[in-house]
Amino acid sequence: MSGKEYYISNFCTIRNGCVFKNGKLIYKDITSESLKDFSKNIYKFMELNYSKFHKMDELCKLGFLASEVVLQNEENVDEDTALVFSNRASSLDTDRKHQHTIEDREQFFPSPAIFVYTLPNIIMGEISIRNNMKSENAFFVTETFQPHFISNYSEILMNTGKASSVICGWVDLDSNKYDVFLALLSTKGIRRLTKEELSKLYNQ
Amino acid sequence: MAELREELKEKIIEQLSLEDIEIGEIGDDDPLFGDGLGLDSIDALELIVLLEKDYGIKLKDPKEGKAIFESVGVMADYISKHRTK
Repeated sequence: MSGKEYYISNFCTIRNGCVFKNGKLIYKDITSESLKDFSKNIYKFMELNYSKFHKMDELCKLGFLASEVVLQNEENVDEDTALVFSNRASSLDTDRKHQHTIEDREQFFPSPAIFVYTLPNIIMGEISIRNNMKSENAFFVTETFQPHFISNYSEILMNTGKASSVICGWVDLDSNKYDVFLALLSTKGIRRLTKEELSKLYNQ
Repeated sequence: MAELREELKEKIIEQLSLEDIEIGEIGDDDPLFGDGLGLDSIDALELIVLLEKDYGIKLKDPKEGKAIFESVGVMADYISKHRTK
């Protein structure tokens, strides 16, 4: 390791109908009856114009929206920005929807649009396409968010020149229960990257 | 036939999650792929499923879709000639 210092430049949390950027509440919507409506309302609030968004599954939408918040007005990203994500439920939410389309032999119509999202790492593909990123990406499935592992893995990517910066975190969805935390790690910022700091920000 | 074309536009918008598009914005002869609605390969597969599920038309060769999905008008014409339900 080169021993360089890295920082948490920006972070976004989406939890309990609220969207936070760097700890500040930027959007609140506790009236939406479904996660689909909640995601759509955030999309409108952010004045995004990306029609592919509407085709994404709910897990992808959450990760995509958090990445948009983290990358808003951000210059410390380029095609070498890596993505290191994790969650507990993998793509289970969409896996169930896919199963529903194939469980009845008389109505066996698997939907290609649902099937393509039966892997959690598709989120990173969507974010890469949107931001023209061509770097490393990895998706880990763990019981809980592991700040030590994620910060260590991200630091190795930057120290070895595999990434100029890293968007890392936790994007979890299971039966309408969601928990999203993404952070941009780079050489610029005011919050020094440590596992304790990453853990603190996640638990805010 | 006009009714079928309108029905298809509704189904395409719903099935392909084209939330930014209204029925009135899709012309009968507008190309569905490329410069038209900008549909992609997954959308093409979804349309193949739609044909089978809603109209009982099973394409033997997915490549047939290229001609059938040229526009809503062409699709409606094909469906009216080949539908089994």
